[in-house]
Amino acid sequence: MAVVVLEDIHKTYHVGSEVHVHALRGVSLTLQPGEFVAVMGPSGSGKSTLMNLLGCLDRPSRGRYLLDGEEVARLSRDRLAAVRNRKLGFVFQSFNLLSRTSALENIELPLMYSGEGLSLREIERRAREALDLVGLADRARHHPSQLSGGQQQRVAIARSLVSEPTLLLADEPTGNLDTRTGLEIMEIFQRLNDRGITLVMVTHEPEIGQFAKRRLLMRDGKVIRDEAVESRLMAAKEKEKLPAPEEEEEVMR
Amino acid sequence: MILVIALRALRRNVMRSVLTAFGIVIGVAAVITTVSIGHGARAEVEEQVTRLGRNVVLVFPGSRSLGGVSVGGGAANTLTVEDARAIREEIPEIIAASPEVRSQRQVAYGNRNWFTRIYGQSADYLQIRQWPLESGRMYDDEDVARARKVAVVGQTIVDELFEGADPIGEIIRVRGMPLEIIGILETKGMSLMGSVQDDIILVPYTTAFRYISGRTHAMVINCQVYRSDLMPVAQQKITDLLRERHRLGPDQADDFTVQTQEEVARTATETSRIMTFLLGSIAGISLLVGGIGIMNIMLVSVTERTREIGIRIAIGARNRDILRQFLLEATMLSCLGGVMGIVLGMGFSNVLAYYADWPVYLSYHAVGYAFLFSAAVGIFFGFYPARKAARLDPIEALRYE
Repeated sequence: MAVVVLEDIHKTYHVGSEVHVHALRGVSLTLQPGEFVAVMGPSGSGKSTLMNLLGCLDRPSRGRYLLDGEEVARLSRDRLAAVRNRKLGFVFQSFNLLSRTSALENIELPLMYSGEGLSLREIERRAREALDLVGLADRARHHPSQLSGGQQQRVAIARSLVSEPTLLLADEPTGNLDTRTGLEIMEIFQRLNDRGITLVMVTHEPEIGQFAKRRLLMRDGKVIRDEAVESRLMAAKEKEKLPAPEEEEEVMR
Repeated sequence: MILVIALRALRRNVMRSVLTAFGIVIGVAAVITTVSIGHGARAEVEEQVTRLGRNVVLVFPGSRSLGGVSVGGGAANTLTVEDARAIREEIPEIIAASPEVRSQRQVAYGNRNWFTRIYGQSADYLQIRQWPLESGRMYDDEDVARARKVAVVGQTIVDELFEGADPIGEIIRVRGMPLEIIGILETKGMSLMGSVQDDIILVPYTTAFRYISGRTHAMVINCQVYRSDLMPVAQQKITDLLRERHRLGPDQADDFTVQTQEEVARTATETSRIMTFLLGSIAGISLLVGGIGIMNIMLVSVTERTREIGIRIAIGARNRDILRQFLLEATMLSCLGGVMGIVLGMGFSNVLAYYADWPVYLSYHAVGYAFLFSAAVGIFFGFYPARKAARLDPIEALRYE
C-alpha cells in the first residue's frame, strides 16, 4: 500500500478579500514505502505549501490526500494533530528544538502527546534509543545551546523518529549547516531510508537532491518534472572525498 | 502527562516563574495578615467587653448619635463624680457604681520602670468586675473619700517592677508621686488576653482625678445591676435621673449614653468587623492585581513562546493539550504564590501580634480561602492567554521569529 496518495490537490490562500494566491494547482503524487524524494524548485513554486499539506499542518482546498490508507484531507484539527503525532516526523531547517531543555526531553516530547498512556520510564527509554540511533547517546543531558548545529539537527531527527512515523518530512534540513555537517545529516537520512523509512525532503541545493532516489521539480504550483535520480550520491563516500576532516568544533559549556 | 509538560515548561524559566508568582504571594500574604489582624482585634474587643463584668450598665459622656449620625462617645465632659454617686444611691436596682478615669503612665520602683495603665475607680470596682484579690486589700470608701495615695496592682506589675517579690507595703512612683501598694489582683493569665488585663494599676478615682490624670470628669461610669432581668429598668432609671440632674428639657437630646455591655459588645464587634472587611477588601484587590500580573506575564509568554507552541502543535499537541498546559502553568504559579503567601502571611501575623500584644489568631478559613482564591485567580487569568496559545496556527507559529 502506498504511503502517500495525493489526487489533484489544490490550495488557495485568501489574502484580504480580493487577492487569492493559488499556491498549488493540481498536484497528484504517489509515494511507495521506502522512497526518498527530494522536492526542488524556486521559491514561490509551492514546495512549502506541499510540505505543509503532506505534514497535515494544513488542509487542501480541493483534492484527496490518503496517508497510509487513511483519508486525512478533511479531518478536524485535533484528529490531524493525532495523525501528525503517530504517522509523521518533522525535521526543520532551523532545528526547532525547545531551548533550555535537554536533548532527551526534546526527544521525549512527541511521546508525551501520544495519548497512549506510556510511563515516563518507557518514554525515556525510547527517547534514549532514538538518541542512540543518531549517535548522540552521550549528549542526553545537553541543552541545544550546548550542542553544535549538526548535533542539534541530529537531536531533531531523533525527535522525529521517536514515535516511529510512517513518513519523515524534512524542510531544507541542511540549509543552516556547513558542507561536512550537511553530509553527515544526509548519511543519517540514507541510513534511515535503507532501514525502510520513507522520506520527503525539500531542498533548493541540487547536490543535496542527488542523495535522494527520486526528484520532483515544482514550478507555479505544479509538479513539472518527476524523475528517478541518476548517478545517485552516497553521503558516506562523499564525506571521504572532503579535504582532511578538521576536528569538529563543539560548543561545550 | 500534561502536568509533567507544564512543570518542565516552568522549570525552563525559574526566574520568570518566581517573579510571576510574587504578585500572588503579596496578595495572599496581605489577605491572611489583615484577616488575622481583624480576628486579633475582635478577640481583643470581646475580651475587653467580657472584662466589663456581670450585669453591667455603662454610662458614656456625650450622645452617641446626633440626628441619626453616630459620633464618637467619651469626648464630652458631662459626667461627674456626683452623677455616679447619685446613680448608686438613688436607684435601688443599682448595687455598685464606679466613675472611671484612665491614664497611661510610666511607673517606677527603685531603678526599674514600666509603662502601664492607671485606672481611677471606686471601691466597688472589683465587685463590678468580679475580680478577686490575690493578697492584701482593696481600698475602701474611706480611702476614696480622702484621696489616699494607695494602689492595687495587677500581676504584670508585680512581675515587671518587683520581679515576683511581695510588693505589699512598697512605694511606687508615678511622676514623682508616691503610691503605696496595698493589694494584688488575682492573675487573669489563664484567659486569652490575661497578660494584657493584668497590666493594670487601680487607684481611688479621687486620687486619679487630683494627682494623675488632671481631668475632672468621668470617662465612663460602670454600674452594676442587681439582677440581669432588671437591666432595662435600670437603664431607663439612669437615663431619667441623669436628664433630671443635667437639667435637660423635653426637647433636648441626652448628653450621655447608657448602654449594657451587650450593646457595647455589639457596636465594638461591628466596628472591628467593618475594619476587617475593609482591610480584607484592600488585600483582596492586591490579590486581583497579582492575578492581572500573572495574566500579563502569561500573555507575554505566549507571544515569546510562539515558536515553542508551533513546535508542540507540529509534533502532535492538540489544541486542548496546549490550553491545558498554559492553564496548568498559570494555576501552578498562582498556587505556588498562594503557598508562599500563606507562609509569609502567617509570619507577618505572628510578628504583628507580637508587637501589638494580640493573641495570634490564625484563621484557617482565611488560609483555605486565600489558597482557593489564588488557584481561582490563576485559572481565571490564565484562561485567556492559554486560549490564545491554543488557537495559534502552527505554520505561522513555526515561522515566527
